[in-house]
Amino acid sequence: MAGTDPTILDQAAQWLKDGRQVALATVIETWGSAPQPVGSQLAIDGEGNFIGSVSGGCVEGAVVTEAIDVIGSGKAKTLAFGVADETAWKVGLACGGKIRVYVEPLGA
Amino acid sequence: MTPEIFQQIMDARAQRKAVALVTALDSGKQRVVARDHAADDILAQVLDEAFRFDRSGVHKIPEGEFFVHIHNPPLRLIIIGAVHIAQSLIPIARATGYDIVVIPDVTLHGEWPDEILPGLGLDQRSAMVALTHDPKIDDPSLQLALKSKIFYIGALGSKKTQASRVQRLSAAGFSKTDIARIHGPIGIDIGAQGAPEIAIAIMAELTRVLRLGS
Repeated sequence: MAGTDPTILDQAAQWLKDGRQVALATVIETWGSAPQPVGSQLAIDGEGNFIGSVSGGCVEGAVVTEAIDVIGSGKAKTLAFGVADETAWKVGLACGGKIRVYVEPLGA
Repeated sequence: MTPEIFQQIMDARAQRKAVALVTALDSGKQRVVARDHAADDILAQVLDEAFRFDRSGVHKIPEGEFFVHIHNPPLRLIIIGAVHIAQSLIPIARATGYDIVVIPDVTLHGEWPDEILPGLGLDQRSAMVALTHDPKIDDPSLQLALKSKIFYIGALGSKKTQASRVQRLSAAGFSKTDIARIHGPIGIDIGAQGAPEIAIAIMAELTRVLRLGS
């Protein structure tokens, strides 16, 4: 199965309907033993509530922080996480994999 | 993602239509490509495989770097016959990610499976297994499946049963290529004994066809 979980988009749609601001993070590339496959998603609202997963818990905190920035700026960005990026990111993937995550404002 | 693009994806899901969201990673520009129109896209070759194998990913072409996110409808397994093997097949299929539709030999409302099937929409993300052993129930369902784009068709029965099934379908005007889409005897050969093992053999074959294409 691909990582795409339909319930995440349903929740994101509901948040938008409720008038909340929403960002969507999607795993676009993985290398090595990444915990979540390409296509996996995390939806985040302006207050930091989130649903879904891009790494099974390893880097969600950092993605949520970046997502709130994205909601503020309205500009999408690409993030990279992995053991090799320890200098750039305080968080990493314990499993030794690397992932690239696309974070975009949703419905904006 | 604009509200329009998001709505297109949500609508496609509601209608069981396969679409890809293509994002240009440098500009952030996005477009939704329907599987039916993928051949006209600059990423046509990539899209064809991506839809078939349900594989999202980043692709670099001269026009730029693109993320292709496949939004395929959920997989669905249609089981003809509320039989013993169905009991074993359902939990395995569900765990593998399939929505399940069981059509009993005859429903409470007196409908035959081939009266119900057209309403389901037999699409490229659906598979059908005919398990009743009874030609008057299995055959009409198989004929409908052969006329559709359904990705897997299996029919329970021995080699002998399959041979007579082939004869009947030929007589009904189906070509050799058409009939070859039916997997019979159903399932990969693992020497399965009893319903649970037959269910494993069926799911293994289904998975092979889904992931490898044949």
